[in-house]
Amino acid sequence: MNRRQVILDLKDLRTRFHIAEGTVYAVNGVSLTLHECETIAIVGESGCGKSVTMLSVMGLIPVPPGEIVSGQAFYRGRDLLAMSEAEMEHIRGKELAMVFQDPMTALNPVLTIGRQISEPLRVHLNMDHATAQQRVVELLEQVGIPDPKNRMNDYPHQFSGGMRQRAMLAMALACAPSVLIADEPTTALDVTIQAQIIELVTRLRDALCMAVIWITHDLGVVAGLAERVIVMYAGLVVEEASVDELYDDPRHPYTLALLAALPRIDRRRDRRLKSIPGAPPNLLVMPHGCPFAPRCEFVFDRCRAETPPLLPVAIEHRARCWYDVVNGKPFE
Amino acid sequence: MQTSQPLVKVRDLRKHFPVRRGLIIERQIGSVKAVDGITFDIAKGETLGLVGESGCGKTTAGRTILGLYPATSGQALIDGIDVHHSNREAIKMLRRKAQMIFQDPYASLNPRWTVAGIIGEPLRVHNILPDPQARAERVKELMLRVGLSPQLINRFPHEFSGGQRQRIGVARALASNPSFIVCDEPISALDVSIQAQVVNLLEDLQDEFGLTYLFIAHDLSMVRHICDRVAVMYLGVIVELAERDELYEHPLHPYTQALLSAVPIPDPKKDRSRQRIILAGDVPSPLNPPPGCRFHPRCPIAMDQCSRIQPEWREVAPGHWVACHAV
Repeated sequence: MNRRQVILDLKDLRTRFHIAEGTVYAVNGVSLTLHECETIAIVGESGCGKSVTMLSVMGLIPVPPGEIVSGQAFYRGRDLLAMSEAEMEHIRGKELAMVFQDPMTALNPVLTIGRQISEPLRVHLNMDHATAQQRVVELLEQVGIPDPKNRMNDYPHQFSGGMRQRAMLAMALACAPSVLIADEPTTALDVTIQAQIIELVTRLRDALCMAVIWITHDLGVVAGLAERVIVMYAGLVVEEASVDELYDDPRHPYTLALLAALPRIDRRRDRRLKSIPGAPPNLLVMPHGCPFAPRCEFVFDRCRAETPPLLPVAIEHRARCWYDVVNGKPFE
Repeated sequence: MQTSQPLVKVRDLRKHFPVRRGLIIERQIGSVKAVDGITFDIAKGETLGLVGESGCGKTTAGRTILGLYPATSGQALIDGIDVHHSNREAIKMLRRKAQMIFQDPYASLNPRWTVAGIIGEPLRVHNILPDPQARAERVKELMLRVGLSPQLINRFPHEFSGGQRQRIGVARALASNPSFIVCDEPISALDVSIQAQVVNLLEDLQDEFGLTYLFIAHDLSMVRHICDRVAVMYLGVIVELAERDELYEHPLHPYTQALLSAVPIPDPKKDRSRQRIILAGDVPSPLNPPPGCRFHPRCPIAMDQCSRIQPEWREVAPGHWVACHAV
């Protein structure tokens, strides 16, 4: 179905953190493929490993205490996880760019916005000062910051939250990357500003044919943005499907439970929210069996004994579950 | 629906924070008009939602209504007691009847106190249960009621998850047997699956104890789920107030319309076919609210008079109030 080239191919990533209390099993075998110009969303609640997965790919996990135990991340045929820091520095910010959740901590408070946006231009594209200044103004216009010639000399604290996020986007887009990784970029923003940022990103990615990985916990944002969705839980992918498939025909009990726990703005209230009992698992314990078993309403013996693999359940739709929710019984 | 006096009455309430400048002599150069004239009632047993984006004044409104801040002007009455103009005895009684659940489950609990101390504080301070033994029993009851194991009574906040801490906050709010609780964004810091747990708990408690809630939030989907009526705030004033389904199905104020259209719907087909109203610019500062209608600089249908004359707060349909020249 997807005729476009694979641009990023992540295979079986495992990332752990070694801390005083023990080892945190943050990512436990995550694979995903991203095609050119495609937008995928990685969805999950806090602690599921969605951010750590992409930070690992970008080489932004501090080692120690982090450790990338195994895995390969092929970008245009080269394994990012096998590269040296020097090699990664040529790719990070140029071909793969990242936007973070809290622009106030991601931006340097003592440098002007203009200086920060021009950094990738000078470092990666060797631009001279005058050319870089001009490009910065263009970029600020592109992301919708009014009066860019003056605002580029402002400091981050002089920008509002929405504007800071736009500035971060400008920085990420500076070298026209092939892949944009957005880690919860609108979570800290008001809903009307979130709508502006989402509209901006969709417009730019369509114009630039940029692949986007959007990390979020918000199933509403995903519905409007992504072509494919990956649902994560306890460091594992538990379901992946096209966006229409995922919402129409979810197959993993966690996805089902998550959708049932959401209040709807477009409908009259018809029942109580279905909450998921218990809490996400403690990642300090080596995972064994299905991580969702303690909270799953369809759990049976095999779930606790054996971690299910990602099984195909429909066309381009996989779920990590021993139970067939459609027919109401375990798979053979 | 309402045959008796409302439990909570707010009349043209204002809260301004002075802004001072100067080294040797401090002068007031202006004020942040965080809440600039809000009026509404809350009936007994009702849940009124107060929504708006950051800086709209909803948290300040909640705190001022409870008397945590003195009011600059206007009135708030809870069960007949004037929150800002009563004697000490009346205020002490008020503190038992009206409680608050806070947004940040990490900041709202004293990290040096055990759960016993935190939940027991209202029981101690209001002399409801001076005997420590009896108090501990009551704390355990409350813990059970909010879904916490009573065995954890001597643990400290850092030993609990965010959702559990929020439950501790709920138990603390219930301890004095209040009739009115201001819930200030009680679930925004929690994961989706935990939000549902806490919301269901709040609803059960409301049914069991006949509680009245002011539910302050920015999550419009959750507000539609839990509230009976909803008020929309913008830059210190309420721009629209209506019964829940009426507001979501027939929003009249352009800001309400934009706000509702900006909320993502977890349904790809529906989300794709929506008409989104994208507002230009950012929310202006409450230090210098725009003249006339505060929303006019960002309003897609602003007319000439909007920049000069503040729109009147009118009931345009039964129970449906709006402040807008175009309505």
